Amino acid sequence: MRRMPGMITCQELDAFICDYLDGSLPPRQLKIFERHLKLCEACRAYLHGYRLTIALEKRLLATPEAPPPADVPEDLIKAILAARLVNL
Amino acid sequence: MIRIGHKGLNVQADDSEQTLLEQLRSGSESAAEQIVREHISWMRGLALRIVSDGDTADDVVQDAFINAFRHIDKFKGNASLKTWLHRIVVNTALMRLRKTKRLKEQSIDDLQTEYAPQGHRLNPPTSLSATPGEILEQADLRASVLMAISQLPEAYRIVLQLRDIEELSTSEVASALQISEANVKVRLHRGRTALKTLLEPVFKDGL
Repeated sequence: MRRMPGMITCQELDAFICDYLDGSLPPRQLKIFERHLKLCEACRAYLHGYRLTIALEKRLLATPEAPPPADVPEDLIKAILAARLVNL
Repeated sequence: MIRIGHKGLNVQADDSEQTLLEQLRSGSESAAEQIVREHISWMRGLALRIVSDGDTADDVVQDAFINAFRHIDKFKGNASLKTWLHRIVVNTALMRLRKTKRLKEQSIDDLQTEYAPQGHRLNPPTSLSATPGEILEQADLRASVLMAISQLPEAYRIVLQLRDIEELSTSEVASALQISEANVKVRLHRGRTALKTLLEPVFKDGL
């Protein structure tokens, strides 16, 4: 969307997006950020995709809640310890 | 500063862990075994989630442990051992995935948002309603997300890992990587934007 008085551009919004998601935008900047979002569908869609990206990253790369179902093979533990000695 | 982060990942090594690490550095085999037994289960689960094959996951875990033991002197204890191992296993698994799928690292510049001279988006994204759960339920989309992450340049992927997964603060990441806080913020935004661009086809398929 095009710049209007008291408004930021989409490019300027992107520069503040990390601080916005961290909750660290000062009140005045937050108001300007949210005003732009309210009026700009493209930025709302962009922000949704940005949040989705972070959520996918977190879900896939965080430590699993539960350990894998199968027991850890003793052979694997022995192989790791033997390889450590070789690589000392 | 000790900060409890996401799922307890981001904590400093405590005294008992420091003692164990000192023993390991002195060449103690029993210390190595204790560390392996304590961490191998969640590391296998994490590796399996990324590479989707049991044998490959076991190879990843073995490589990750060997890498960790080889570089144990670089571990300074300003994170927990689990955090450090987590970082190593994620990196090892993603690199294995990239190699297996013959993927190349993408240029970060090519994946940034394009703007018109007036500052508005040149290619406005379409509105999507897909949720992370809906996307990750589909095995092919899940694999696509992991492949996209593996294609990010290391300098950006590590910032995403530290900020988004381990939930370190900007200043903690700056300290860990020895770069400025401004640089952390730039890399974080550029890395997330690049990943988002790589994921656009996934988002559309997940509708």
